[in-house]
Amino acid sequence: MAQAHAPQFKNPVVKWIDSRLPIFTMLDHEYNQYPMPRNVNYLWAFGAIAGIMLVIMIATGLVLAMQYAAHTTIAFDSVERIMRDVNYGWLLRYVHANGASMFFIAVYIHMFRGLYYGSYKAPREILWILGVFILLAMMATAFMGYVLPWGQMSFWGATVITNLFSAFPLVGDPIVTWLWGGFSVDNPTLNRFFALHFLLPFVLLGLVVLHTAALHVSGSNNPLGIDAKGPQDTVPFNPYVTVKDGFAVVVFLIFYAGFVFFAPNYLGHPDNYIPANPLVTPAHIVPEWYFLPFYAILRAIPDKLGGVLAMFGAIAVLAALPWLDTSKVRSCKFRPIYRQFFWILAIDALVLGYAGAMPAEGVWLLVARIGTAYYFFHFLILLPLLGKLERPLPLPASICEPVLKGGGRVAAGAHAKPMEKA
Amino acid sequence: MRSLKSAILSAAFALGLAGAAQASEAVHIPKQEWSHSGVFGTIDKASAQRGFQIFKEVCATCHSAKLVPIRTLAGIGFNEDELKAIAAGYEVQAGPNDAGEMFMRPGIPADRFPSPFPNDNAARAANNGALPPDLSLMAKARVGGEDYLYAFLTGFEENPPEGVTLMPGMNYNKYFPGHQVGMPNILMPDGVTYADGTPATVQQQAHDISTFLTFIAEPHMDARKQMGVKVILFLIVLAGLMYATKRKLWSTLH
Repeated sequence: MAQAHAPQFKNPVVKWIDSRLPIFTMLDHEYNQYPMPRNVNYLWAFGAIAGIMLVIMIATGLVLAMQYAAHTTIAFDSVERIMRDVNYGWLLRYVHANGASMFFIAVYIHMFRGLYYGSYKAPREILWILGVFILLAMMATAFMGYVLPWGQMSFWGATVITNLFSAFPLVGDPIVTWLWGGFSVDNPTLNRFFALHFLLPFVLLGLVVLHTAALHVSGSNNPLGIDAKGPQDTVPFNPYVTVKDGFAVVVFLIFYAGFVFFAPNYLGHPDNYIPANPLVTPAHIVPEWYFLPFYAILRAIPDKLGGVLAMFGAIAVLAALPWLDTSKVRSCKFRPIYRQFFWILAIDALVLGYAGAMPAEGVWLLVARIGTAYYFFHFLILLPLLGKLERPLPLPASICEPVLKGGGRVAAGAHAKPMEKA
Repeated sequence: MRSLKSAILSAAFALGLAGAAQASEAVHIPKQEWSHSGVFGTIDKASAQRGFQIFKEVCATCHSAKLVPIRTLAGIGFNEDELKAIAAGYEVQAGPNDAGEMFMRPGIPADRFPSPFPNDNAARAANNGALPPDLSLMAKARVGGEDYLYAFLTGFEENPPEGVTLMPGMNYNKYFPGHQVGMPNILMPDGVTYADGTPATVQQQAHDISTFLTFIAEPHMDARKQMGVKVILFLIVLAGLMYATKRKLWSTLH
């Protein structure tokens, strides 16, 4: 069942093409027969959800780009024209604007799933690192997309973020001038951001293809974190996982539609409905919610360059994760101590996000500093030590053993995780 | 960069997601009853039409709404003839004609609302240096939305509280950030005479103009919510079918 064998195509055209360019064999192999561990839970659907979000973003973005004008004098008005005059333009824009948030929600859940079940460990290091690059590309794309409506937050957000590069000694200021295409955020900046905002999603798409290719070499991880030992441990991707992921995607779309139709501006900032004005600084410049933990780290360091390095370091440390975590056991289910620290890290990320939204002074600055220190402590000190000190629980012999026999020593460690009907 | 340390915004964490809900050090803005709030709420067209009357007779003497085409008002119940009559009440600059000169012509529904001043500098010059902001998106461009607009319009006080010295030409408002605002208290009891006979109290006027500004900021709001109800009902049914299919399929795995 799970072991791929050459499919027999009945359609003569398909057969003719496939014998010359075996794309149908490839699709059959990768998306039909591809063996998925039979015990994956719904957290494994967030990869598919993130993929769907990328498709939605590219599709709506393409149509929006046909109506948008990237010039400081008319960018704001052209967005309002989309909202008012273009057929269903309001729908396209709200789907796109809220889609960015949904994409980040899906990817953040996907990442924390990887952290919990040790999906970054051998042999999936490159798969994980490609994921870190996907996150970076998403951040750049989202940031530049937020600049395009040319509202107050667009302008001032762009000013703040591009200015970060001026922290680097010697080359800092020339880099900022080069990024701006001038001596302040202005029309050349908007123009190039639009070009890059159009380009980067396709870079993202390429990274996603590589990410998937790498995934299909090692196969998907699973809640037990042990390798599938044979067909009895897996199910073919289609129809079992397509239907399961499909259900998860639809539930996610309900959540998404709730924002698009009933609170389309909840995740945005009212100031971005005020046209950009270089002479008036908004009282409070805040990034979009998905940048807030990183923003907190940036502001926690009392030195500009240090803050910038810490912020980028917070992402770079993720790329080094496969080597920082010295434990050979993947899943948190069998790592009782790490499991607790995982949840502390998750809470730390939320606290950092909250502190990022608060004024960087008094108690919130202190909270951000403790949160930042803990974040790096977790990855740089705790993980390497824990792998050596912690005594993992015994691993089950195979995936199907606890699933089919229902119980044994694994179920005790698995604390009532729904194992599906399988 | 470091000046951003003053950035303040309270974020709500729901399900691990930071919503950009706003609070800040500003005064609490009381919530009003709006017919358009909630999932099934729709714009109160009669109120919005009264609000349009206030906009035309009061607000538009200083404020523009230059992103809004006059035909948008079809959404609050004006028919085509009424729209043409409303549009014809405005003079719009057009041209150049064959002689190369700009000229004025009566408006048509496709025109956007003409602005009271030719440019921002002229607006400032006529308003003691203050620029009356464009109202096209006002209901979406302020924290608190229409509740803030209502609070602002009813929040003027003739005498500022003790210890507050107003700058020349400024007015005291309870809800305006910083409390000093160039705009005077403009809504007076019976300041307008409503065509439909509704008593024009200050509260009624503030409610009506806020409803109108909400409408022009988001003319497709009713359509959006109605579509949303259908989309979500469809998705719920689809999710049910998907789940049933999934259960059936996976139950064969043993």
